[in-house]
Amino acid sequence: MQKYVQTDLTKIKLLTSHIFPQLLLILVMLIMVILLSVTSPFFLTWDNLRNIFDHSSLYIILALGMTFVISSGGIDLSVGAVAALSGVCMAAAMQGGLEAGLSILGGLIVGGLMGAANGSIISFLKINPFIVTLGVMSLSRGLALIITGGIPIYGFPRDFTWWGNGHIGPFNPPMLLAAFLTVLAAVVLNMSRFGYYTLALGGNEEALRRSGVSIHLYKIIVYILSGVAAALGGLVVTARLNTAEPLAGWMLEMDSIAAVVLGGTSMKGGKGSVAGTVTACLLLGMLRNGLVILSIPSYYQQLVIGIIILAAVIIAEVRSGKNLAFINK
Amino acid sequence: MLQVEKDPFIRLRNIKKTFGHVVALDGVDLDVCPGEVTALVGDNGAGKSTLIKIISGVLYPDEGEISLNGKTYRHLTPPVAIELGISTVYQDLALVDCRDVASNIFLGREPLKARFFVDKKRMNRESEELLRKLKVSIPSVTTPVEFLSGGQRQGIAVARSINQQGKMIIFDEPTAAMGVGESARVLKLIRSLGDEGFAVLIISHNLHHVFSISDRICVLRNGRLVKDFRTENTNPDQVVGFITGSNQRTEEFRKGSTKA
Ligand SMILES: Nc1ncnc2c1ncn2[C@@H]1O[C@H](COP(=O)(O)OP(=O)(O)OP(=O)(O)O)[C@@H](O)[C@H]1O
Ligand SMILES: [Mg+2]
Repeated sequence: MQKYVQTDLTKIKLLTSHIFPQLLLILVMLIMVILLSVTSPFFLTWDNLRNIFDHSSLYIILALGMTFVISSGGIDLSVGAVAALSGVCMAAAMQGGLEAGLSILGGLIVGGLMGAANGSIISFLKINPFIVTLGVMSLSRGLALIITGGIPIYGFPRDFTWWGNGHIGPFNPPMLLAAFLTVLAAVVLNMSRFGYYTLALGGNEEALRRSGVSIHLYKIIVYILSGVAAALGGLVVTARLNTAEPLAGWMLEMDSIAAVVLGGTSMKGGKGSVAGTVTACLLLGMLRNGLVILSIPSYYQQLVIGIIILAAVIIAEVRSGKNLAFINK
Repeated sequence: MLQVEKDPFIRLRNIKKTFGHVVALDGVDLDVCPGEVTALVGDNGAGKSTLIKIISGVLYPDEGEISLNGKTYRHLTPPVAIELGISTVYQDLALVDCRDVASNIFLGREPLKARFFVDKKRMNRESEELLRKLKVSIPSVTTPVEFLSGGQRQGIAVARSINQQGKMIIFDEPTAAMGVGESARVLKLIRSLGDEGFAVLIISHNLHHVFSISDRICVLRNGRLVKDFRTENTNPDQVVGFITGSNQRTEEFRKGSTKA
């Protein structure tokens, strides 16, 4: 008897802590869809939904990398700047006569290298990831400005711009890239040994080390993933605008972190939800889109998004009942 | 002493370790033999946990040598220690709280399917079997360990170390959070591991437990191994005397003991 009572309690606790944030997100999303479709007949058209998916794809790509980093107990503030740097490198390579495919590869390698720099410094020197990635953010932005001389590079071959606005049936490459990476990230995080170690890193790094696992290796890979994801974001932005802007991706790190946290991944590490991240990105995309449709001035958008994020995080924290002074009395 | 000594599984010589100004270990020699349960006793801060962390490769000694398998090492690392067959149940248990029971039991040695996917089914099945054999009762192997009781968590840490299939198992206060029934079961398990031929090293503050399962009792005091008894040749009062140092006062006085 005793045992069964305990089982039920555990299951309830499990449900509330794991599923609740996602349910809440979906609920908020439904309410928003209903409200927006009532206020604007344009909202629920295919063209507009496609628009939302298209715009969200960039955020999804970066936020997937960020999901791994935050699940592992870290943070990566450099992703926006790394996206810009990678885009600029691809552009400079093409300007120098390299073909599109190789230039893209080069840009992705640059993103991976910045991630490797983040991961190595954080892991080997045991320096706080906030500080390290802040430094790499500034360094990447600086390099992007130096390479371009501060002037945007534009005009790329069709092979390159296809990545931003090509067509594959009713979809475009960024959407399909985001969808593919979503599936890949979900499989890797939940089913691979690397995913297990990412979560264990965030849960109890020392326990993982004592179990004989090289925590340096796995930490560095996590940041490399984030760097490559940022570079893919850089590819999308650059190709879409047909311009490599050294200041592209401004504040993109904040949008990614917000989506990841909104999606229910724990800032303390150890718990990560790919589905939650993607839902949150779509929700934020819908919100931005809705605010535009309702012709609310853009500076109110920041305010509204900020309020939603705060509300979501506070509600999730109240539900989990942890770290709240007024609940613990 | 005219006893037939077995070949030790591991041999520590002159192990020294300091943390800043604190001398945690001050030249410790210790052999641990297969088929024996060796108990390590001593007061709080005597250096017991530090010593076993050196054996498991979590800490590196400042000085000294570790010999095992016919080789001598200046220090071990966790992967090397596990490779050499040393498994440890740490005092803090070293569990990943947010991960489930099976993931903790297989941490660092997850079985793979198709060389990529973690074989979760097999992990769950084998964890269930193992826990049933150890008579550790938990709601389910898919429960995150943060929801379990102290005794259940200790049971999982014990299960993990056994699952590593080593030759030596170290227990740092394995029964500290357990009730009477649970700790009796774990003690019986530890004794049977010794009988099966494992080299067992156990730290405990409970002398009653120590006397009921050990073959040897080593007393650590202020970072020194002050006495190495065969359990049958001593009694709790004598051991307490060495733990507190009252048996040693004259000796220390003569040496002019240095205080850390
Ligand atoms: N990481 C550390 N940093 C600084 N000092 C340490 C560290 N680990 C242990 N010490 C110190 O080394 C000494 C020995 O500690 P240790 O944990 O080995 O004792 P113990 O015998 O296991 O005690 P207990 O019975 O309380 O577990 C203590 O004085 C302790 O404060
Ligand atoms: Mg201890």
